[in-house]
Amino acid sequence: MPSQKKKKLTTAQQQYQKLAKAKEPKRPFLLNMIRAFIAGGIICTIGQAIQWLFITYGKFSEENAGNPTVAVLIMISVLLTGFGIFDHLAQWSGAGTAVPITGFANSMASAAIEHRSEGFVLGVGAKMFKLAGSVIVYGVFSAFVIVLIKILIKALGGI
Amino acid sequence: MLQGHQTWVFNSMPVIRASAAVGGPFEAEGALHDDFDRLNADIWMGQDSFEKAEKKLLEQACDLAIQQAAMKKADVQFFIGGDLMDQIISSSFAARTLGVPYLGIYGACSSSMEGLALASLLIESGFAQNVLTATSSHNGAAEKQYRYPTEYGSQKPPTAQWTVTGAGAAILGREGTGPHVVAATIGKVVDMGLSDPLNMGGAMAPAAVDTIEAHFRDLQRSPSYYDLIVTGDLGRVGHGIATDLLTQHGIKFSANQFNDCGLMIYQKEQPVFAGGSGCACSATVTYGHLLKRMKKGELHRILVVATGALLSPLSYQQKESIPGVAHAVAIEM
Repeated sequence: MPSQKKKKLTTAQQQYQKLAKAKEPKRPFLLNMIRAFIAGGIICTIGQAIQWLFITYGKFSEENAGNPTVAVLIMISVLLTGFGIFDHLAQWSGAGTAVPITGFANSMASAAIEHRSEGFVLGVGAKMFKLAGSVIVYGVFSAFVIVLIKILIKALGGI
Repeated sequence: MLQGHQTWVFNSMPVIRASAAVGGPFEAEGALHDDFDRLNADIWMGQDSFEKAEKKLLEQACDLAIQQAAMKKADVQFFIGGDLMDQIISSSFAARTLGVPYLGIYGACSSSMEGLALASLLIESGFAQNVLTATSSHNGAAEKQYRYPTEYGSQKPPTAQWTVTGAGAAILGREGTGPHVVAATIGKVVDMGLSDPLNMGGAMAPAAVDTIEAHFRDLQRSPSYYDLIVTGDLGRVGHGIATDLLTQHGIKFSANQFNDCGLMIYQKEQPVFAGGSGCACSATVTYGHLLKRMKKGELHRILVVATGALLSPLSYQQKESIPGVAHAVAIEM
C-alpha cells in the first residue's frame, strides 16, 4: 500500500491491518510461478507442434504458419471455456494459461457466454470486451510508442 | 425494548414457526446436505440466467417455509427480503410472485439476520401476526456481478471465498411452537481500511467483533450463556482474526462454541478456499442446520452473527475500502 494512503488510516486501523496481514494465508508465489512455467511451457510446446504440422503438411512457410497456429490455439481455448474446463485449469496454472493467447481467448469467450442472457447487442456484443478491451487498448498504444521510438532511433542514424 | 445501546430484547418472544433452506448441487455435496429442505441438481434452476435462477431459489424457500407452517400466502402479512443482486432484484421479484406486502432490505450477507431482527420487531410491536423473512445468493450471479465471468480463468488466492447457491426463509409469528427470537443486536458499520475484495473475511471480522462485544455489553452476558455462537461468513481468515481479537478483548469461548457458517457448510475437500459466503450462507445454515439441531434438543441457546461486506463493484474499482457490518440475533428453544 502506498504510504500516502496509509497516512490517512487511524492508529486502530493500522493496528488491525497489521494483525489481519499476519493472519492472512500467504499467496504461494513460488508454487504459482513454477506451475505457470510448466503450464505456459506446455501450451507453447503445443503451439510449436501445431506450427510444425502446418509447415510440414500444410504448405505454410515459417513466416505465415503463425496465424493458423494462433487460430487453432484460440479455438481450443474457446472450446475449453465453453465446456467449463478452462477456469479449473487456470486456477491451477495461473499466469501459465493467462499470458499466452489462450488467456485472451478465454477472457472474450467467458464474457460472451456470461452475458448471453442480456441479448446479442447489449450482452454478447457490448460485454465481450469487458476484460479484453484494456489488453487491446494498451497493447495497441504500447505498440505505437515502441514504433515511435524505433523511428526516432533510425532518424538519428541508429540501427 | 431497547436494552443498552443497540440491542432489542423481545419480551413477546416471537416464534420461528417454520423455516426452510434450499441449495444447489455444490451444497448437496457439502457437509450439511441432510439439513437442507430441498437441494437442486441444476444450478440454472431450469432458467436461462443465473439471476432468474436465484429468484427461483428464493421463491422455493419461501414456498417451503409457508407450507411447513401449514399456512397460506394470505396468512403472511409482511415479507422482508434482501439479497446481493443490484437493486435487490431477487427479493423484489420473489415478492412479486408471493403477492405479500414487502419490505426490501440490503445488508449484503448480513441481510439474513437483519431480516430476522426486523421481522421480530414487527411481531413484538404488534404490527403483524406472521412475517416471512428470506434471503438468497447464487454463486454464478454473485461472481458475474462482483468479480469476473464464471468461466474466466482467474487464479483465486487462498483468502477468497465461495458464494453459496441457495436461499433460506423463516416465518415468525406471535403464537405457535418452535424456537424463539429473544434478542437482536444491530451492528454499526466498521471499516478498518482493508480494500481487497478477495479477502472479505478480513474486512468483515472487526464488524463481527464489534457487534458481539456490544451484544454481551448491552445484555450483560458472557459467551457461556450460549451453546453456540456463529458468525455468518467470515471464513477461515476472518474467523481466525475475530477469535484472536475477541480473546484479546477478554471474551473467551469454550471448544467448538464459536464457529462460522462459512466453515460449516462445505466439506474440507471442496475447493472453496477460505470458506463459504453470501446471504444464503448464514441463512441456510441457520434456517436449515441450526434450527433443526435446536428442535432435536442438541442446542438450546444460539447467537447468530451475520456479517456483511458493504462494497460494490464500483466502490472497489474507485479504490474505496470495504466497510463491514454484522447483526446478531439470539435464538432460544
